[in-house]
Amino acid sequence: MNFDKEYFNLGVLDTLSYKNTLVHRLDPRTKVITTFAFIVTVVSFPKYEIAGLIPFLLFPVVIFALGDIPVWFILKKVLVVSVFAVFIGILNPLFDTHIKYHFFTLPVSGGWVSFFSILLKYFLTMCSALLLISTTSFPGICHALRKLGVPEIFISQLLFLYRYIFVLMEETLRMVRAKDLRSFGKKGQGISIFINLVGTLFVKTIERAERIYHAMLSRGFTGTIHFVLREGFGKKDFVFISATGITLYMFRAYDIVGLIGRLAERMFN
Amino acid sequence: MHMSDALLSPAVGATVWAGTLGTIAYCSKKIKENLDEKMIPMMGVIGAFIFAAQMVNFTIPGTGSSGHLGGGMILAILLGPHAAFIVMASVLTIQALFFADGGLLALGCNIWNLGFYPCFIGYPLIYKPIVQKGMSSKKILMASLFAVFVGLQLGAFSVVLETLLSGRSELPFGTFVLLMQPIHLAIGVVEGFITAGVINFVKTSRPELLESIAEIRSLSPETKMKKIVIAFLVIAIITGGAVSWFASSHPDGLEWSIERVYGKPELPEHETGIAMLLKTFQEKTAFLPDYTFKRKEDIKEQKTSDGEANAWPNIETGTSVSGILGSVMMLSLIVLIGFGIKIIRKKEAHSSKETSGLKGQGRS
Amino acid sequence: MTHHIIDFKDIFFRYPDGTEALKGVSFRITHGESVGLVGANGAGKSTLLLQMNGYMLPSLGVINIGGVELTKKTRQDIRKKVGVVFQNPDDQLFMPTVFDDVAFGPLNLGMSNERVTDRVNSALQTIGCLDLATKPPHHLSAGKKRAVSIATVLAMEPDILAMDEPSSNLDPKSRRDLIGLLQEFKHTKIIASHDLDLILEVCERCLVIKNGMIVADGRVSDILTNQLLLEENHLELPLSLQKNRLH
Repeated sequence: MNFDKEYFNLGVLDTLSYKNTLVHRLDPRTKVITTFAFIVTVVSFPKYEIAGLIPFLLFPVVIFALGDIPVWFILKKVLVVSVFAVFIGILNPLFDTHIKYHFFTLPVSGGWVSFFSILLKYFLTMCSALLLISTTSFPGICHALRKLGVPEIFISQLLFLYRYIFVLMEETLRMVRAKDLRSFGKKGQGISIFINLVGTLFVKTIERAERIYHAMLSRGFTGTIHFVLREGFGKKDFVFISATGITLYMFRAYDIVGLIGRLAERMFN
Repeated sequence: MHMSDALLSPAVGATVWAGTLGTIAYCSKKIKENLDEKMIPMMGVIGAFIFAAQMVNFTIPGTGSSGHLGGGMILAILLGPHAAFIVMASVLTIQALFFADGGLLALGCNIWNLGFYPCFIGYPLIYKPIVQKGMSSKKILMASLFAVFVGLQLGAFSVVLETLLSGRSELPFGTFVLLMQPIHLAIGVVEGFITAGVINFVKTSRPELLESIAEIRSLSPETKMKKIVIAFLVIAIITGGAVSWFASSHPDGLEWSIERVYGKPELPEHETGIAMLLKTFQEKTAFLPDYTFKRKEDIKEQKTSDGEANAWPNIETGTSVSGILGSVMMLSLIVLIGFGIKIIRKKEAHSSKETSGLKGQGRS
Repeated sequence: MTHHIIDFKDIFFRYPDGTEALKGVSFRITHGESVGLVGANGAGKSTLLLQMNGYMLPSLGVINIGGVELTKKTRQDIRKKVGVVFQNPDDQLFMPTVFDDVAFGPLNLGMSNERVTDRVNSALQTIGCLDLATKPPHHLSAGKKRAVSIATVLAMEPDILAMDEPSSNLDPKSRRDLIGLLQEFKHTKIIASHDLDLILEVCERCLVIKNGMIVADGRVSDILTNQLLLEENHLELPLSLQKNRLH
């Protein structure tokens, strides 16, 4: 993925996170907690599980719909990102060749079953992470983490990092573009050029840090960064967490798909 | 390489998270004790710099493939281990959220794999000692290469362990190791050169910058830490050695799975704390009433071991038909629910627009 | 608190690398004055501004602000009186949201959350950006960023406003809004700028700095019409005073 595109995507997600829908208005802690609960539940399924994972698709679908999140944009990110999981997972069929199922008459090896399980888990977990950031502004997530006990120092510098990512990426973009315009088609950069770029960027970064520090001092900074924290936990958060918790438990403990399938079978026979 | 949620089990993920959070808390405390006012904006902005730098492609000479900066060692050299770990953790957090790089459960592993080893082993035990005796550019290059190499090897090995202990991948230990370590050797060489290159660049063009950053850091926490880190390293080497011996002691050379060793597709018993809790949760949910074809499958799994060709009894066809039917219906239901919500919301938006339109007219 | 007089007496300043940026600068600015600071690039405008709140202390000479001598000990207090708006808003807006940025100063002054919120709201109201409170700074246009950076300083209710190139990077409309805003402020104002037309509209007095020394100090109407003086300092007559050049 090239720099321009990555930067653009970052901006889109960031803008999405400031929308105003039902989901966006939930307390960030609610969303962080439920996302983690979702991921842990999905990942807790054993390696050959496929059917049990399917009901979990309900969660991303509901959040997409309630939060007005563009589906194709997120799906593209999930599908295009080539990741460790897929690369490693695809080796499963090579090593696990015992027959696990018969798909009508076709024998299916355990390796393929576990691979598809990995794919499903990958899809569900990736969607939930992206949906978290699409529906919760990053500062919101930071404040949620602080309230959940993450150390102050970590949170403060994380907020600074977030604030300056866009500034620094723009600066980097300008330098990369300037270099590209003088490269006449050679893709990427040689290592020495890269080192120069990074070195120059670093120098600019430190100079910027000095100026920021000066600006902080000018407004009375004495070492601690204070925040006025507003929003709180509301009724809707309580409802959301309970509903999610119960549903996650039901989907994990009970074989919903099998149930529906058997009901359907009975109806058709 | 980034660890992924889909390859993790909750127990392994939670355990490594506990280690990562503990380290974050420790580093935060250490930084607070000697906090220079400039530290927090400096860390934040340098983090943003690493993030931006990581997104630039460069071509690796000889291979033609493109590479990216890791940055853990550069951070450790510039900011010292504690601040560097925190910055690395922050950068990875942003990546996990905005780029879905690995996932949120795996984030704990990624922070550990990519942050702990450069900051607490590579830098204090390798880079610093070499460079303390004189900072020539050759020394910096050697120190960087060696420190980065060790850091990456340890990180890559951790990925192997985390994947193996989670039991979602079928890749045998030996094959996995043979895959990961050489790749990270190559990555390490490139990263080492880049690290040294950047440090030398800044040293030559703006040495006073490096000095001003060094002033902001404090030196006392680092020297006391050496003993702890050496102890940890010794333990790690012993554990690593034991594991390798275990793997190599099997006749077919490379096959090693937890089921063989422990006799069941479960994790080792000596897990404590959250891991234990999660394991209990896992066990409890597997045996609740009204639990049908999933349960049979698990029981089958426990009774058979890997490698045996296993033809299921006829019930399996029945369950797989109901499984497929159920899946299709479930999917359709979910899609319907999704569209339903969208339609309801469109109607709501439409009607609220109408009423606000009326209000607008009424105002003038 | 003697009416917030700014008094520079024979100020010399040398940078760590040896550059002598200020070589004997003296002037006195009284309460409510609106002063422009002009000069060629590198003449010392920014350096002079940076002396105002003590980030850099003079190598020689004495600065007095509001009757208090500017030293390492007193500069923290003086910063409550002198608000500096920097050239680059991205350096000044370092918090995750606009509200957080404008609240930064008042919070550092130790005010309660309610008082801080009041200050923030009134500052944002003044610049007409109350609706931007929850936005992150990187979502703002250049004009809005500039306005918000002024608000971050206003919220501390300083007596003196020092600004470095306030109209740079602004489109004509934003620039016009800025000029309107500055004309309303009753604070003592020192504005360093290349935008001579802005200085013409906003300031009554003008200092010309060259090679670290003040070479002219007078009324705006005298200085900014003096073509010779301006051209000696790599400047031109304000565009609004030039004869129509379009043929």
